[in-house]
Amino acid sequence: MAKKLTNKMLQELHLKMVRIRRFEEEAGKLMEDGKIPGALHLYVGQEAVASGVMLHLADNDYITSTHRGHGHLIAKGGDFSKMFAELFGKVTGYCKGKGGSMHISNMALGMLGANGIVGGGPPIAMGAAFSNRFRKTKQVSVAFFGDGASNEGSFHEAANMAALYKLPCIFVCENNGYGEYTSQANHQAIVDVADRAAGYGMPGVVVDGMDVVAVYEAAGQAIDRARKGEGPTLLECKTYRFYDHVGVRGMGLTYRTDEELEAWKAKDAISSFEKVLVKQKVLNQKKIDQVYAEVNADIEQAIAFAESSPYPSPEDLLVDVYSLGASA
Amino acid sequence: MSEAVKTESRAIPYVLAITEAVRQVLEEQDNAFVAGEDVGEAGSVYGYYRGLIDQFGAHRIIDTPISEKGIIGLGVGAAATGCRPILDIMFMDFLGECMDEVANQMAKMRFMFGGGATLPITVLTMAGAGMNLAAQHSQSWEAILAHLPGVKVVMPSNAYDAKGLIIAAARDDNPVFVVLNKASLAMSAEVPEAMYEVPIGKAEVVRQGSDFTILAMGRMVVEALSAAKTLEADGLSCEVIDVRSVQPFDTETAVASLKKTHRALVVHEAVRFGGFGGEIVAQLQEEAFDYLDAPIGRVGAPFSPVPFSPALEKIYVPNASKIVSEVKTLLGM
Repeated sequence: MAKKLTNKMLQELHLKMVRIRRFEEEAGKLMEDGKIPGALHLYVGQEAVASGVMLHLADNDYITSTHRGHGHLIAKGGDFSKMFAELFGKVTGYCKGKGGSMHISNMALGMLGANGIVGGGPPIAMGAAFSNRFRKTKQVSVAFFGDGASNEGSFHEAANMAALYKLPCIFVCENNGYGEYTSQANHQAIVDVADRAAGYGMPGVVVDGMDVVAVYEAAGQAIDRARKGEGPTLLECKTYRFYDHVGVRGMGLTYRTDEELEAWKAKDAISSFEKVLVKQKVLNQKKIDQVYAEVNADIEQAIAFAESSPYPSPEDLLVDVYSLGASA
Repeated sequence: MSEAVKTESRAIPYVLAITEAVRQVLEEQDNAFVAGEDVGEAGSVYGYYRGLIDQFGAHRIIDTPISEKGIIGLGVGAAATGCRPILDIMFMDFLGECMDEVANQMAKMRFMFGGGATLPITVLTMAGAGMNLAAQHSQSWEAILAHLPGVKVVMPSNAYDAKGLIIAAARDDNPVFVVLNKASLAMSAEVPEAMYEVPIGKAEVVRQGSDFTILAMGRMVVEALSAAKTLEADGLSCEVIDVRSVQPFDTETAVASLKKTHRALVVHEAVRFGGFGGEIVAQLQEEAFDYLDAPIGRVGAPFSPVPFSPALEKIYVPNASKIVSEVKTLLGM
């Protein structure tokens, strides 16, 4: 069973969420100011999911992420400097500037990539889970994906195979209510994506994705099950993104109402968790302010590092299209 | 078949050369496994994995559901984390089911990760028409794969190359598609028992000639050799090059031959329009324009899906007589 949350672990959950929130807020500003090129899909609002799951994972456990992937990498231990550098397209970034936001990854942290293809991650996570068992390790793999991706065939093939082979794989659906600009009601006839688990012979669990402790506990059960060789679980976390599909304000479309957004913001995972932590005397306001100050200092330093880092050279272009080795 | 390999060899069919290559790779590499549809007890629809499950067990010869996205995804995830998967896509046509996993994940992961991931994946897949299997079990899609930076593509035309290219693919640290041909499976050649590699990225001059170069891919090498024999009777000495590796393509060997013969024809089974032959022609004219005495010809399938009716398929698939007549047309004979 999942370990009982100690005060230190509660603080760690809080820190992970604050790190994600502040990183994304700054990244959003930099994108809208034109300083970060391309498109960012920001994770603000969904922090409890990545943080609650990742507190269980070691560096050598694998995750696959989504186009909204910064939060997963931060929660897995991602370094702000290498992340901002990647977002800026600099050679000092996690992918030497060749992946950007949508492909940010780090093998040393078991992060098998954000993915520009909706539904791209689950088959790869299933493959990594297969590898975990083939190599006789106790590692697990977690596939993060959205309600939108739950309509892709790739998710279904991965779920079926993971269940068939009883692989140490956890499918974490971050149901934020929208596949890009289309509401869940307009893209699937079910309310709970977790219902789909039954079709593959695995448990399906629904949890409040705005409650980091609830996510932590539910993920713990699924991960324990996977490590014990009992197969995959589909864990659906009901959550919401506070920003638009792309960027902060996005295209200003009216596919969501202000009332709906405000209602979810009232359930904000971070501020509600802070109230609990203060009440339980795990943190006080002074310590919370200190957390933010330290995270902000990290961000400031990381942005300065990214801005002052060099771009890749033209000769880097054709490097790593292929591996030049033959290690067999 | 030029590589001298000092070992016992005997004539075995292409299908058994595949089996032997995969068996030896699995013996050599503890982190290798085979995954695909019906690869276990059935040994695949063409039988080339037959017996492997008895030797290696179900944990290394993995029957999958009919789920091509899952098969390629399994291979990508496993390869990135320390395994060396051999994946089977039963018919090349089924790549349509997993083009995202091939084109957007497998091919690009290393580059997108800034070199962070290594994907030693071998994909065996069956192409080729002429067996009355109609439009969705007969295609040759090598040009589609060759267009994707990040994957390698080879097409063995004979049993010796089938074994050597599969072993080379399995030892390579990149995703390599070995495009097999179902009409070649029964063809025998001398194949050494020991392991050997046929280098990826190297074409082979399979027939020396001085007047004309025929560059052929996959099973069309057999047709080209037959055409060369016919043309010899007409007094024309044809050099035949087995392209063998489509990506990377061996421009050097092709250009060297053209500089000698000054005339060339490319032959493949795939649809002529947009086929890999167009790329070969472009490279030859870029590298050796001044040596050309005639336009470079192309033989490929007509621009239609592969027809079922034997009466139509017979005229659809390129063959020796089409090659002969195209060469004669190019020479004004």
